[in-house]
Amino acid sequence: MLVLFSCIVSIDVSQIIARRSLICVGEEIWVDSRTVYIGHKEPPPGAEAYIPQRYPDNRIVSSKYTFWNFIPKNLFEQFRRIANFYFLVIFLVQLIIDTPTSPVTSGLPLFFVITVTAIKQGYEDWLRHKADCSINECPVDVVQQGKVVRTQSHKLRVGDIVVVKEDETFPCDLILLSSSRSDGTCYVTTTSLDGESSHKTYYAIPDTMAFRTEQEVDSLHATIECEQPQPDLYKFVGRINIYKDKEEPVARPLGAENLLLRGATLKNTQHIYAVAVYTGMETKMALNYQSKSQKRSAVEKSMNAFLIVYLCILISKAVINTVLKYAWQWSPDRDEPWYNHRTEHERQPFTDFLAFMVLFNYIIPVSMYVTVEMQKFLGSYFISWDEEMFDEELGEGAQVNTSDLNEELGQVEYVFTDKTGTLTENNMEFIECCVDGNVYIPHAICNGQILSAACAFCLSLQEYEDLFFRALCLCHTVQVKEEETVDGIKRGIHQGRPTSFYISSSPDEVALVEGMKRLGYTYLRLKDNYMEILNKDDEIERFELLHVLNFDSVRRRMSVIVKSRDYLLFCKGADSSIFPRVVSGKVEQVKARVEQNAVEGLRTLCVAYRRLSQSEYQEACHHLMEAKLALQDREQRLAQAYDIIERDFVLLGATAVEDRLQEKAADTIESLHKAGMKVWVLTGDKMETAAATCYASKLFRRTTQILELTKKRTEEQSLHDVLFELNRTVLRHLSVDCLDFGLIIDGATLSAVLKPNQEGAGHGNYREIFLEICRNCSAVLCCRMAPLQKAQIVKLIKASKEHPITLAIGDGANDVSMILEAHVGIGIMGKEGRQAARNSDYAIPKFKHLKKMLLVHGHYYYIRIAELVQYFFYKNVCFIFPQFLYQFFCGFSQQPLYDTAYLTLYNISFTSLPILLYSLVEQHVSMDTLKREPSLYRDIAKNSLLRWPVFLYWTCLGVFDAVVFFFGAYFLFDNTTFTSNGQMFGNWTFGTLIFTVLVFTVTLKLALDTHHWTWINHFVIWGSLLFYVIFSLLWGGIIWPFLNYQRMYYVFMQMLSSGPAWLSIILLITVSLLPDVIKKVLCRAMCPTATERAQVQCWHHLHMKLEV
Amino acid sequence: MMASSYSAKDEDGHITVSGPGGGTLRNKKPENTAFKQQRLPAWQPILTAGTVLPAFFIIGLIFIPIGIGLYVTSNNIKEFEIDYTGDDTSSPCYNCAKNFSWNNTKSCTCTIPFQLDQPYESNVFMYYGLSNFYQNHRRYVKSRDDSQLNGNIDSLKVGASSPMASRKKKKPSKECEPYASIDNKPIAPCGAIANSMFNDTLKLFYNDPNGTSVPIPLTSTGIAWWTDKHVKFRNPVGTNSNLTAVFQGTVKPVNWHRPVYELDTDPENNGFINEDFIVWMRTAALPTFRKLYRIIQKKNNMAPTLPRGNYTLVVDYNYPVRSFEGRKRMILSTISWMGGKNPFLGIAYITVGSVCFFLGVVLLVIHHKYGNRNNSANISN
Repeated sequence: MLVLFSCIVSIDVSQIIARRSLICVGEEIWVDSRTVYIGHKEPPPGAEAYIPQRYPDNRIVSSKYTFWNFIPKNLFEQFRRIANFYFLVIFLVQLIIDTPTSPVTSGLPLFFVITVTAIKQGYEDWLRHKADCSINECPVDVVQQGKVVRTQSHKLRVGDIVVVKEDETFPCDLILLSSSRSDGTCYVTTTSLDGESSHKTYYAIPDTMAFRTEQEVDSLHATIECEQPQPDLYKFVGRINIYKDKEEPVARPLGAENLLLRGATLKNTQHIYAVAVYTGMETKMALNYQSKSQKRSAVEKSMNAFLIVYLCILISKAVINTVLKYAWQWSPDRDEPWYNHRTEHERQPFTDFLAFMVLFNYIIPVSMYVTVEMQKFLGSYFISWDEEMFDEELGEGAQVNTSDLNEELGQVEYVFTDKTGTLTENNMEFIECCVDGNVYIPHAICNGQILSAACAFCLSLQEYEDLFFRALCLCHTVQVKEEETVDGIKRGIHQGRPTSFYISSSPDEVALVEGMKRLGYTYLRLKDNYMEILNKDDEIERFELLHVLNFDSVRRRMSVIVKSRDYLLFCKGADSSIFPRVVSGKVEQVKARVEQNAVEGLRTLCVAYRRLSQSEYQEACHHLMEAKLALQDREQRLAQAYDIIERDFVLLGATAVEDRLQEKAADTIESLHKAGMKVWVLTGDKMETAAATCYASKLFRRTTQILELTKKRTEEQSLHDVLFELNRTVLRHLSVDCLDFGLIIDGATLSAVLKPNQEGAGHGNYREIFLEICRNCSAVLCCRMAPLQKAQIVKLIKASKEHPITLAIGDGANDVSMILEAHVGIGIMGKEGRQAARNSDYAIPKFKHLKKMLLVHGHYYYIRIAELVQYFFYKNVCFIFPQFLYQFFCGFSQQPLYDTAYLTLYNISFTSLPILLYSLVEQHVSMDTLKREPSLYRDIAKNSLLRWPVFLYWTCLGVFDAVVFFFGAYFLFDNTTFTSNGQMFGNWTFGTLIFTVLVFTVTLKLALDTHHWTWINHFVIWGSLLFYVIFSLLWGGIIWPFLNYQRMYYVFMQMLSSGPAWLSIILLITVSLLPDVIKKVLCRAMCPTATERAQVQCWHHLHMKLEV
Repeated sequence: MMASSYSAKDEDGHITVSGPGGGTLRNKKPENTAFKQQRLPAWQPILTAGTVLPAFFIIGLIFIPIGIGLYVTSNNIKEFEIDYTGDDTSSPCYNCAKNFSWNNTKSCTCTIPFQLDQPYESNVFMYYGLSNFYQNHRRYVKSRDDSQLNGNIDSLKVGASSPMASRKKKKPSKECEPYASIDNKPIAPCGAIANSMFNDTLKLFYNDPNGTSVPIPLTSTGIAWWTDKHVKFRNPVGTNSNLTAVFQGTVKPVNWHRPVYELDTDPENNGFINEDFIVWMRTAALPTFRKLYRIIQKKNNMAPTLPRGNYTLVVDYNYPVRSFEGRKRMILSTISWMGGKNPFLGIAYITVGSVCFFLGVVLLVIHHKYGNRNNSANISN
């Protein structure tokens, strides 16, 4: 019932989805976990009550409509749009009451728009149906009664045991029971889920990994308890209870490493057995189908504001005319003179207002929506077509995920960028390491080749050094890729030694392991839980891997516990997370070295270890297992466990890895600065490293005065004092000399600033002061940021009082929140996976492409759509205002000035194509100029072409033109004839004359605005004028048998046969275009904008070239 | 140059190796066509003071002579207008106007003397003019049946004989209401426009200096559009060629004195193709309008069409306008290539031409003052 109700009331599909998920959440409160009976077998009696649960089948439904509900549902969806609804109402009014224009004039365009949209959506849905069908019917192998049975995917149920072979895609979310590999692992790629093409390892439950045959698997007696489905791809919490011979069940924890996701593909593993836990629409993939909340551009907002103004104009016009009509009709001789009686039917009151509304409704045209949509849709192709934004290395160009924000690219004021992988290559190179104060540098650094390495300061081998290198060789999650397919031939062992390719989700780790290799310690493989290292003396050392304490961005470190002779815990992590936990070691020297490296822009990591006694190890084990088994708050408990285990370290040393700047990053940042954008770097890196990158990428210059708002400073002074002092500094200097300010803030201070202020303290709001400081800084660096803080910053700036347009760019999963938060989110198709690109509005291969994206494409889209919107309103004012004026001369009788065909086709065909084409191909300045002179971007900042004065200018111009058209024709017609045979013209000729002038003026006005005349422009502009003439000749040339009136018969031709008509058409067009030309010329001469100067400059260049 | 620098690949720095997917080169490279790269060759005009200057001068130089020509032509046209509404006691038509009643079967006649100061040399066109008459009222404009006027016999059929058929194939269009039918008999021609057809008869007499009054021959053909007379308006073609028989079963419009088939004696100017009727049916654009009534053809080259002297206008006063404060006029006008007297177009051309010329001068000054400054600014940039 609630669902039904929500369906009826809600206004948006996404809202329906949101409600549905709300209900899901609601269920979670009741039943926060589900129990899955593997193979649908009841647990042994007494263990637990067997409650068969109902789950959806494995059918994926991505389609929106069925054959039967398509028409009603689609119509409902379409008319929910306010514009469509408005036009429907107008159409219905025309049907019901006696109106001046036939219902066809508004019905036909509306019908056209609705049909085209319906066909498009229907086709898309048909494709979805087809895709769903092929997915739902693809064959799946299921184990039933010890045999493999082939069935269709949609018949899968929760609890089924599924067999998946190599290179097959998982049909639903599965828990891995056993694999053909002896170690119970399998490799999976999740390319279709998140775009990451690397192989990921998943683990079978240790108790079941020994199963080899169907019978063995089928004999398993177990239940799985797990959480209800959640959309997060990387989170899963569950527990498996295995019943063996009526004993107490054995419980094992399940995590994301056990869950195989639907959509992922099995690799390098012959086959696996797995049990289905989430099926159909409950799989994580299906839950991720949910559309993101739609972003709306500033242009759209101003367009809606203009629409409201026009609606007001429309209503006031209708009101004025209705009032005047009643005033005028006061005397019955005027209302009903003897020659013009009403019928009974026409005496109905109160329809006059509606009739006027209908007469003037063209001022808000249906076609504007269609044109804007088409412009956005077609226009976005230019981004993906752009060859300059194509990256040869990746083999991919820019991607457009939404076309609604094209013009927003030209409005960006704040750019929030990630550092690693965005500004920098994320292509790590091991530079040096520092062991106990001694610095080691690998001799030669070439493309990943193994070279004999030596130490620069070869000191006596100490225990520390030994441990350090082993620590780096062991403490990581790098996988060794065993074979490489080259040209289809498997190349396993190369010259007796394995060609080691390292794969990891973190490039730093790969760089470190590669670096170790160069220093003589080669990590070979992980085999049967033993890590093998080839040391300097070509001996293989084996370490048993006991536990991996994975990296996370909160802890900012990772650890491993290994056993050789005794238990060792190796930990590596950011200096800030290691130093507080160190109890001995040469902290001072290492710290100094780390800081020095950081200043040079290197990424530093500290390495530490801890020797564990047997009892300590047992205790740690206990903590870990307890946390891992927990069904609730597992994350939190794990964090606690890690915190207990990772302490009392002995510092070994530090490493330095270089992350080189991306190609042209500095140039891009400089351009963005020149274009008036404020660039903020948000990074999780440490301050010194980040600051060095900022200097290298010219975000900070040598002249930039750096303001620091860091923990170090706030420890000395109170936050309050620091903020106020900084603010004073900024304001003082800003008024005296234009100094460039740069601000550095760290995560801790930021959260202090953003913390809701206690009112009692009496201090001002820190937020405001902070924003005030930021506003006056050209560059801001936020370091030590958690992913969520990045989004918070974006939100903070978005909500500040100027409401600036923000853009976030990043490449990793940690940037997704900020990408989603910002007005425009740009993802870089980077090395840290595709998550950012998937969630972004636009995806580009490299940071340098941002320059063209904003300065060229953004600029173009903005001026194009701005002109489109303004022009549309202008041409409809020109169109409808004469009709309004005519009411004063026809007794307010709602007599239309133009013929029905003209009313209908004006917006659809006579004037639609030129502006659509303009909005697709116009270039007021050449691409090269835009790139060369980023400051041109400032010309369009702050929505400058759609501000109220500009809108007012266009509207006034429209009114002026309309007045010229109407009164020009009026005085021409005033009581005289203008044919040479003395015959008179009637009201339709009057209207046609005005309409002809109108069409020509409006089209020529666009021609005057066009600065980029390609052959298509010529074709469309002159073509549409020609079309108008030909259409009019045809329309008036024949007695159309299907029309019940022949009012236009020969009207156009008679008009053209009259000399004064030609002369007045020319005169009126000239007069209406004159003010705009004068305005353009004067503005250009008196106060040219930067854009206009650039145009002239370009022009001069061209002419100089021609002369030479 | 930009393009080449972008496509340059950097060769160094490949340490981490991506998965197998990275190696496969998908051929997604966009096509390098001028259109897709937005590099179509284009003409890029700029509206600067310098480029617009000549246009302004040219417009000025063309418009001013045209304007002068139009103005002179318009001034050479002779036009004479006389108001015969009769709302004022001194007016000769006062009695006719005052005593008007729809029931009068006999028309009231009044004579208005007037004097032409100049001889009218070429053909003279005689118009009647109405003021405050809203021929462009929406209810009025649509109140006609073009199908009936085009000779569609179905639009003249009586509904009574076969109700089913008549309902399908309509009698007069619904738009004609309330002037569509009387007593279930269709009105021919139906509608408010036809019903209110102007039916004053105007005659002209020249008062010879010797005292005799000579009637001036008035041509009543050639006053309607050729296409209207020959295509748009057709008499219905029934089983017999006699118009009276064809219109059998229809009634005349309420306010008409004679049925439609008695409008004229000439069969080529009778029924729906009567030119007075066609002229009236072309609704005027504005509430004050004139319509062509008769043409006075020039007889020979020696004598003027209308010599200087005294004339008498004899009016059969049938058309009431006092109820809606309307006025009636008779206009005599000669015609040039540009139509009747209309100084507006000439003046407008002269004005616009002069304004353009003036603006040209202003722009010239601006161009000299600012143009150089801009250029120098550019260079310094």
